[in-house]
Amino acid sequence: MNELPKTGKVEKGASLWRDAWQRLLKNRLAVFGLVVLILMSTAVIVGPAIIEWTTGYTYDFIPDDPTLYRSMPPSAAHWMGTDDAGRDIFARVLQGGRISLLVGIISTAVSLIVGVTYGSIAGYLGGRIDNVMMRIVDILYAIPYILIVIVLLAVFGSSNSPAWIKWLAATVGGEGNQGLSQIILLFFALGLVSWLTMARVVRGQVLSLKNQDFILAARATGVRVPGIIFRHIIPNTLGPVIVYATLTVPSVMLTEAFLSYLGLGVQPPYASWGSLANDGIKNLAIYPWQLIFPGLTMALTLFSLNFLGDGLRDALDPQTRKF
Amino acid sequence: MSEDLIKIRDLKVHYRTGRRLFGSGSDVRAVDGVSLDIRRGETLGLVGESGCGKSTLGRAILRLTEPTSGSISYDGEDLLSLSGGEMRRRRKRLQMIFQDPYASLDPRMTVGQIIAEPIRTFESVSRRDAESRVTRLMETVGLSPKFIRRYPHEFSGGQRQRIGIARALAVEPEFLVADEPISALDVSIQAQILNLLQDLRAEQRLTYLFISHDLRAVRHISDRIAVMYLGRVVELADARDLYDDPLMPYTQALISALPVPDPKVEARRERITLKGEIPSPLDPPEGCHFHTRCPYAVESCKRSTPQLVEIKPRHFAACSRIGPGTPDIRSV
Ligand SMILES: Nc1ncnc2c1ncn2[C@@H]1O[C@H](COP(=O)(O)OP(=O)(O)O)[C@@H](O)[C@H]1O
Ligand code: SF4
Ligand SMILES: [Mg+2]
Repeated sequence: MNELPKTGKVEKGASLWRDAWQRLLKNRLAVFGLVVLILMSTAVIVGPAIIEWTTGYTYDFIPDDPTLYRSMPPSAAHWMGTDDAGRDIFARVLQGGRISLLVGIISTAVSLIVGVTYGSIAGYLGGRIDNVMMRIVDILYAIPYILIVIVLLAVFGSSNSPAWIKWLAATVGGEGNQGLSQIILLFFALGLVSWLTMARVVRGQVLSLKNQDFILAARATGVRVPGIIFRHIIPNTLGPVIVYATLTVPSVMLTEAFLSYLGLGVQPPYASWGSLANDGIKNLAIYPWQLIFPGLTMALTLFSLNFLGDGLRDALDPQTRKF
Repeated sequence: MSEDLIKIRDLKVHYRTGRRLFGSGSDVRAVDGVSLDIRRGETLGLVGESGCGKSTLGRAILRLTEPTSGSISYDGEDLLSLSGGEMRRRRKRLQMIFQDPYASLDPRMTVGQIIAEPIRTFESVSRRDAESRVTRLMETVGLSPKFIRRYPHEFSGGQRQRIGIARALAVEPEFLVADEPISALDVSIQAQILNLLQDLRAEQRLTYLFISHDLRAVRHISDRIAVMYLGRVVELADARDLYDDPLMPYTQALISALPVPDPKVEARRERITLKGEIPSPLDPPEGCHFHTRCPYAVESCKRSTPQLVEIKPRHFAACSRIGPGTPDIRSV
């Protein structure tokens, strides 16, 4: 393209975002993951209402005479069977999906906000401040995160929740909703322990970006510091941040499942995929569907998120392929 | 109006390295006492081996790297005493073209956004006015305006360098630091970019500091040439004089290493090969920085630092063994 025509229509360029999107669409597993996630999100958003409307079951509906309905195998009325309290597992899986996905998304958002802010300050200021800030991260890394979550939940859980969490729970779920405030606390507790890696990722990015010639060029043409950070640095760190965030969601969801297994997570009548699977394990030998359906749904979602994350990494950064 | 646009006096730029949370490391003396005048409208070539501090000097003049000490006067005004905000406003007048035309363009921005950024930073212009100025700038540097919405990665190296030049010209500067603007390009493209820079200088009455590690690249574009060695300017002369009659032993070695087009001359000429490697700027030799490799070095070279002295009219060199009466090192 050396000889350029002097006239002609303005040609639309292909931004790196569009290029990345096209590379992503060529990746079968990533597309599969994306489609599954879209379907799954739609199902958990509208599904519970449809089930209630067609069959009358909700996640916490216990029939008047539960003995007749306990632990029934899958049927036309109960696609995934019922649990040992006689509740419809399909409705509970969809409702649990709301909480599991929300835990993943909100905790990742918290870790994103804290991690990106912390990491870009450390990286941009550099020097001694950076040194101190990153040592703090190192120290926090050394403490088992599960310990932090347990302590947070033990101290602030149930009746000790801070006022704003109680307020949030009351606004979302009605007055005095103890179970919900535990869940909200879980969102923040998980977010606050998973920002460490995000901070490292972002700091590394900022550190390598701030000495790039195009940042120097922006300074040379008089661009102020906020312009440099928001127009040049942040858009260029976004790729790795998105990738890392996509991979944080499943790891947070797994942690939540683990906490629910320990009895620290979601409390009945609320459910998450983790707590449903935990309930199901008890009856695995006699009523296997109580574990199989929540377990499969969760596994499918986790795989999809990982496929999408890997696909995004390959698409956004074609140079650093896995070995 | 004085003849000199820029006067640099005893400029030093030292980089801190190896400094940990506690304790101290040693400094890289990238620029170590440079005094240089740049005349209005001239092209001053700055040559020297890679790592000798050329880029650092160029960036320090624009205060993109803060100098450690010394002074820079620009059009009679001391740049180093300006506050950050005042310096920012001066940036309209001093611009830079970078070596790597890919790394110096933000990959997430379109060509139009890249060239418009300096305009929008300094002036409140409407989107449409900015666009029409970008269009004109693209034509000035030989790019078709129909590529205004394209991204840097869609262009060749030479075209990217044209984008960088258009961005530098966007605010109508007077002074341009061109830091190795052609060394990352294909040989076939280099001449095009050199010609473009030369045309622009005439049209827009620009002053250039043209940096290169290759003496051949600066030969035709420069009015005067300064040679750097380990953070210091060791020779400064009109381009012709520097090639025909280099005085300082380091410059002589550089020039003798250039191939001569005439094969007969090429076969007969004597070549000065330098011994040893270039020392590290972390720990440069005492006295004359060049004494570890200089074929004419004597004991006193290790102690006293030679200053740039006008050995012949308009021809300066930093070597304590030569002087106006004894300009030829070979006959000292
Ligand atoms: N930001 C920096 N921090 C530390 N040392 C640097 C930095 N930039 C350059 N240097 C060192 O300063 C010396 C001069 O570098 P530079 O000005 O880039 O030389 P040139 O442009 O002549 O190749 C080199 O030894 C280089 O390693
Ligand atoms: S001062 Fe001495 S070492 Fe330096 S260039 Fe002159 S002769 Fe060589
Ligand atoms: Mg350089």
